[in-house]
Amino acid sequence: MVIFGVALLAICMLSGVFLGELLGLSLGIEANVGGVGIAMLMLVLIVDHLKKRGKLSQAAQDGLGFWSAMYIPIVIAMSASQNVAGALDGGPLAIVAGVAAVAISWMVVPILSTSKREEVFDGALDENHLTGGEEINVRDIK
Amino acid sequence: MLETLSKVFTDNPLIVSFAVVGAAMYISYVISDRFTKGRIHGSAIAIIIGLMLAYFGGITTGGEKGLSDVSIFAGIGLMGGGMLRDFAIVATAFGASFDEIKKAGVRGVVSLFIGVVLSFVVGVGIALAFGYTDAVSLTTIGAGTATYIVGPVTGAAIGATSEVITISIAAGLVKAILTMVGTPFVAKYIGLNNPRTAMVYGGLMGTTSGVAGGLAATDPKLVPYGAVTATFYTGLGCLMGPSVLFLMTKAVFG
Repeated sequence: MVIFGVALLAICMLSGVFLGELLGLSLGIEANVGGVGIAMLMLVLIVDHLKKRGKLSQAAQDGLGFWSAMYIPIVIAMSASQNVAGALDGGPLAIVAGVAAVAISWMVVPILSTSKREEVFDGALDENHLTGGEEINVRDIK
Repeated sequence: MLETLSKVFTDNPLIVSFAVVGAAMYISYVISDRFTKGRIHGSAIAIIIGLMLAYFGGITTGGEKGLSDVSIFAGIGLMGGGMLRDFAIVATAFGASFDEIKKAGVRGVVSLFIGVVLSFVVGVGIALAFGYTDAVSLTTIGAGTATYIVGPVTGAAIGATSEVITISIAAGLVKAILTMVGTPFVAKYIGLNNPRTAMVYGGLMGTTSGVAGGLAATDPKLVPYGAVTATFYTGLGCLMGPSVLFLMTKAVFG
């Protein structure tokens, strides 16, 4: 059933966010530490486990795939609810600091992502098709 | 008539947002195909339209949530709010390969630490250039340059003025927005076309909304890899900001 996939997703997210809160508390900070990241790792591992045993029905995968495909529209709604006016109101210091941080971070990306022994990109994206949803998946959205 | 329509809209906010976002995406993809021959991704155009609408919403209502402060578009805030955003980000992991995440794991963690420190140092440098010299203000603005959540959390912890906290939030917002808009345009120059670089990218940029939006408009395949590291960034920043980074700033600038 479709809801099984959606429920799996919901349970992963709630557990991850809960763990993230606990991690934040144990470190004594008022923030969720990587809750969503933990949830993602859980989902990847659980889906992998269930698929290998053939326990994840196509309908359940469709439930997961739907939310995965809704990601881009949600991101667009997110962009429309950003405080853009507030960002520009922050004055030149805020704008210069934000722009400089992004520009410098961009420059560092190639330095950090290529290693000395020049790892060749090994067609990992093709591999992904094995683990991803076959029919409905975010990668099929243009 | 118009009143009734407006009532239907305000009574069904989330449904309105599906229709509005769908229409905006359709227009964006048509623009992408017809006028840029697909060179500028439809999602990138949609995000830019979204940000412009957010600006319009912000200046007309004076609120902080962009277009969703306009009452008939309140659902946009629900659809694009933290809850559904995080839910959809987790869902993208459905298409991710654990092997790829494992392979780039160490590099992702390294990039997180470098990312937080780098943005912080840049923020402190710019704040210095603008005439701030006290460690508390410098740290808060530096932390805000990491993300718009790290700034206020750090500022509140070390007792920064509300003016400085406001600047720090704005710096983080600028970073998020520029990352959303700019990522698809710089992607090919920085080799952002594989899971490994996407993980490094998430760690370095750190702004979850920025990375989420930027990668969506670059290549949706990369989203889970960038998001998985980016979601740790704010937590790490909140951990380091009021502690290590503040102490270091204090040691240097008294």
